[in-house]
Amino acid sequence: MTIQIDVEKCTGCGSCVPVCPFGVMELVNDRARVKEGCNLCGACVDACTFDAIKIEKAEQKVSEGYKGVWVFAEQRDGKLKSVAYELVSEGRKLANKLGTELGAVCLGHNIKDVEQLVCYGADKIYLADDPALADHNEDFYTELLLDLIRKHRPEILIAGATSMGRSFVPRVAALLYTGLTADCTGLDIDPETKLLLQTRPTFGGNVMATIMCQAKRPQMSTVRPHVFKKGTHHKERKGQIIKVDFKKEAVTARTKLVKFIEDLTEKVKLDEAEIIVSGGRGLGKPENFQILKELAEVLGAAVGSSRPPVDEGWIPYSHQVGQTGKTVCPKLYIACGISGSVQHIAGMGTSECIIAINEDPNAPIFQVATYGVVGDMFKVIPMLTEKLKRSRGLI
Amino acid sequence: MNIIVCIKQVPGTTEIKIDPKTNTLVREGVKSIVNPFDTYALEEGVRLKERYGGKVTVITMGPPQAEEALRETISLGADEAILLSDRAFAGSDTWATSYVLSKAITKIANYDIVICGRQTLDGDTGQVGPELSEMLKIPFVSYVSKIEEIKDKYIRVQRMIEEGHEIIETTLPAVITVVKEINVPRLPSLRGSMKAKTAKIPVWTAADIGAEADKAGIPGSPTRVVRIFFPKREHKSEMLQGTLEEQVAKLVEQMEKII
Repeated sequence: MTIQIDVEKCTGCGSCVPVCPFGVMELVNDRARVKEGCNLCGACVDACTFDAIKIEKAEQKVSEGYKGVWVFAEQRDGKLKSVAYELVSEGRKLANKLGTELGAVCLGHNIKDVEQLVCYGADKIYLADDPALADHNEDFYTELLLDLIRKHRPEILIAGATSMGRSFVPRVAALLYTGLTADCTGLDIDPETKLLLQTRPTFGGNVMATIMCQAKRPQMSTVRPHVFKKGTHHKERKGQIIKVDFKKEAVTARTKLVKFIEDLTEKVKLDEAEIIVSGGRGLGKPENFQILKELAEVLGAAVGSSRPPVDEGWIPYSHQVGQTGKTVCPKLYIACGISGSVQHIAGMGTSECIIAINEDPNAPIFQVATYGVVGDMFKVIPMLTEKLKRSRGLI
Repeated sequence: MNIIVCIKQVPGTTEIKIDPKTNTLVREGVKSIVNPFDTYALEEGVRLKERYGGKVTVITMGPPQAEEALRETISLGADEAILLSDRAFAGSDTWATSYVLSKAITKIANYDIVICGRQTLDGDTGQVGPELSEMLKIPFVSYVSKIEEIKDKYIRVQRMIEEGHEIIETTLPAVITVVKEINVPRLPSLRGSMKAKTAKIPVWTAADIGAEADKAGIPGSPTRVVRIFFPKREHKSEMLQGTLEEQVAKLVEQMEKII
């Protein structure tokens, strides 16, 4: 697998140099040359008008006999997570583009509303219901999903990038020897090859990469909650629920859940929240999170934080949004006293609407904000809380 | 207790800039660092050694200059470090990376626990830990925030998930990935820094670890980057005007539309 430059055809025009995202193209003696670090992305091939650059890719043998799109529909305590509906809605679109069926895999015990997945687009639901699956043992989940994939051979599988999805889906991919692309923000079908185009941010969101899994099957991706929208509910849609046998004795669970301690400081979970109220260094001291909590309460929002308050010990790490914390994508993100470092923006920049409140008019957060208010947040936030309470008839 | 810590050398992200003229990533002058998440893995490994005795071996797959990152881990308490470097490894995706690491760990043979950071700063996938565990055919626990106890080939840990903490027990050897909450990494000691300067760092190639050519590097990677582009900043920013009262009223109006 190599990149080659035809020095006869190359005119040394240099148009391939600036397009290289890795900065490894250079001109030497008026001819293009590739330095170390090329990943064969092909940007230079597209840019060259003289047909002087060739990339030869060894063809991998394509796995055959795979058909259909699958979604892993995650549940907790018998309730489907919102990401399950979002992925089924998105999976439907992909299945339509391929003219194929959409399957949903649901593992757990006494799961309510499984048939709702049909209303959002699933044709078949593979349901394993067993008391042993209630506490989501990842060894059981890995084995079950692996078996189902081997048996039914879907060409695509999408799962939520939740802590569970990110823990056991890579294990399934490893065992199947197939590709898995983490945290996709865009999925599409290539009209020519009918392969899955998986787009994800990289380098802290500065660069987007589109990834393909050309030969191995299934093509697997994880997607964070709220990246895709839950579609329309079609009451009349028909689908099939297929019961999957789970033989506990056949699988060895090597890990055991001894105890679960619920986090009570987080009333609304950041990852699933539709609205997040977040505070930064501007808060000045831990007590000041109170004004954010009051606003969050009115909105039914989760409370987030940038890194400095966490480093100062004002709020637990589980609240941190950003590259070294959680990546979120709510409908509304309210950034209060957050300057907007690259790392913070990497964790929340894809939110649908961003409101920034900061005293410094030059704070970088305003560059990504949908609405910006320059002012003292200790005045603005209580005012906002009160106005919202009034408009909702709470006072 | 024999502890293996997997690390990666990554570009220090704060310095990643885009050249406004050419619209490419500026790589010159970007300092390489040990992936911050891996520093917690290393610290935990060193603490386990201090508690239970044994040895900490750090491994990384990377270009020759990744040796610098390995020296740094020795200054921070690692006993040995091994660099997995071969042109055949270049361009590995998470599957191929996990494969190479698993072959090296199999060669080391005598180990009780493998510790990784939860994810890297540059790739940001968090997939190598879990994929590695399956290739080694040993148990896996992610997002570990505390090691409570290790006894007779058995370990009890606390892990963080969205809803809270879970206490998980499993057998050793196992692979765990750790989060930032687990510890506060120490600074290099004087003795460590001296040791780091003179330490011999062996380089293992594909042949040394018996890695098959079609499972490593670009040929072994199921996924391929087919396009790289810069996200369009089609963002419409509106700075609100008027008195604070007026601005807040406008905010409420917009918020009610969204919610």
